[in-house]
Amino acid sequence: MIAFLQVLVNGILNGLVYALVATGLSLIWGVMDVINFAHGDYLMVAMYTSFWIGALLGVDPVLSWIVSGAFLFLIGALTYKLIIRYTVGRSAISALLATFGLSMFLKNVCLYLFSPNFRLLSKTVLGGKTIETGGVIFPVPQLVTALSALVVIVLVYYMVKKTRLGWAIQATAMDKEAAELMGIDTERIYLLVFGLGGSCVGIAGGLLPSYLAVHPEVGLLFGLLAFVIVAMGGFGSIPGALFAALMVGLVESFSGFFIAPVFKYVAVFALYLLVVMVRPKGLFGW
Amino acid sequence: MKRKIERKDWLLFALIILFALLPAIPGIRENSLTMHVILMIFLMASMSQSWNIVGGYCGQVSFGHSVFFGIGAYGAAMAVVKYGMTPWPGALAGAFLAAGIAVLISWPVFRLSGHYFAIATFAIVEIFNRLFMVWYWVGGAIGLDYSITEQGIVNFVWYQSKVGYYYGALVLLGLVFGVVRWMERHRIGYYLRAVREGQETAEALGVDSTKAKLSAMAVSAFLAALCGAFFAQYNYRVDPPMVMSLDMSMKFVLVTILGGTGTLFGPLVGAAVLVPLQEYSRALLGGLGGGVDLIIFGLLIILVVVKQPKGVVGIFSYLRRRMVERESVGKEND
Repeated sequence: MIAFLQVLVNGILNGLVYALVATGLSLIWGVMDVINFAHGDYLMVAMYTSFWIGALLGVDPVLSWIVSGAFLFLIGALTYKLIIRYTVGRSAISALLATFGLSMFLKNVCLYLFSPNFRLLSKTVLGGKTIETGGVIFPVPQLVTALSALVVIVLVYYMVKKTRLGWAIQATAMDKEAAELMGIDTERIYLLVFGLGGSCVGIAGGLLPSYLAVHPEVGLLFGLLAFVIVAMGGFGSIPGALFAALMVGLVESFSGFFIAPVFKYVAVFALYLLVVMVRPKGLFGW
Repeated sequence: MKRKIERKDWLLFALIILFALLPAIPGIRENSLTMHVILMIFLMASMSQSWNIVGGYCGQVSFGHSVFFGIGAYGAAMAVVKYGMTPWPGALAGAFLAAGIAVLISWPVFRLSGHYFAIATFAIVEIFNRLFMVWYWVGGAIGLDYSITEQGIVNFVWYQSKVGYYYGALVLLGLVFGVVRWMERHRIGYYLRAVREGQETAEALGVDSTKAKLSAMAVSAFLAALCGAFFAQYNYRVDPPMVMSLDMSMKFVLVTILGGTGTLFGPLVGAAVLVPLQEYSRALLGGLGGGVDLIIFGLLIILVVVKQPKGVVGIFSYLRRRMVERESVGKEND
């Protein structure tokens, strides 16, 4: 029973982090109908940012996520300005291929600058601490990261649904031309959305180095899981992404524990295929 | 039905003759880097052409072709390494298996559209990659290494020179391009293009779109698997990340997009641009360490996609259109 609860907790904690990464992707996908293939590499860049701030300046990830969130906003906005802007209105895969090039670029720049070594911050405020209740262990770094992820997701959702900016974003997503006729600067909205998408993954990546080692390939799996989560949740739906991410986290941890660790991602990707066979537009899609 | 031989056919034919004569030029045969680059162009062009059937002519952008490529590679390697046979039966078995698997997988996946289809094909690559990583019968993560056998066409291995591989790749190129040219001119090719332009419309006109898409997928996977078998023979080894990975899948798509999708010569042009860039940047910059060549390559991909969405073939047809326009304008002025 305790093992079951522990696996459940691990799944939920991982799932919430995936959810934040996926929320960034979901925003971009939902508003611009673009798959950002470099999304996982954004996470990697954010993790390196937070890692180096920690290693060189001694600032803990609990604070440096602010910097990496801001930095990734910039990177997202730059991606839009320099690349995505030119692919809007073209075939859907041109943006995907361009961001594949970007992914290759970012990954190898980090490889060149920082070597392929795994790097982990050793003395962090949260590192190594655990809370135990009734035999179930909550690792504090994971717990804090997961809860912060949840807070950020709720904030983003609130922003999209309840603020004027959010309405403008929704309007742009629904009908670009009509939104422009209503006086919305859609170009600015796109820029902002790409920045925000970057920020989401930037915050996640900023928090992760307190328990996850950084290396140039670290983003690959997160990126893939984010694609699957967003597609499973449904076109640009943030609650869908949250729900799907929790499912992915749970399937990952349960199949890893009860079947075999090597099969956990096979199970995750098979789950995705199964879900879209039944609902081709995802769980919350239409 | 008798069909006229068009200019395209002559061009294809002439190119293949030209390629066949290329090693006769002194200096090319001896330089193994040049030979390597040219034969990689042939291989890449064949791979992308096989993808082009589904992705270009039929408009179903699949990122799953490394699975079929990998099955072909494993087919050849299993025959050689596990059973001590020549690679031929393995390659053929791999190709049929790949076609079968392609149909089985595609049946449900073709119901998805747009990004959902693309991501489903990502997921399939990941599933295959991870299963092959732990499947000890096919060598697991270590992969399969060839032991040294007698060189020649029977074992399809050569050690001292690349000439054998060169002509092997050329035959592959001729086969794949021939098949696609045949499809382009026959009913199936028109069906595929009709499905790409509008599935509902095509169906309304009596095209069985599912059948068209599935047969395109089967042919495409069959040819991709043959390319995979060649790749395994050329590298004397195979392992999952080498053949069944998203990076490999991306190459199928990139080369075709760069050259021009849904055109006969697009894949060849794309490969002729991309392969030398990749191979020479690796040869020149790879020594700097830390993936400098891939940094440049990544930037080039961005540049190409952003600046030339219709591919290099698009530039040519644009220029030709401009010339025709200018001629007709000139005539009007006369």
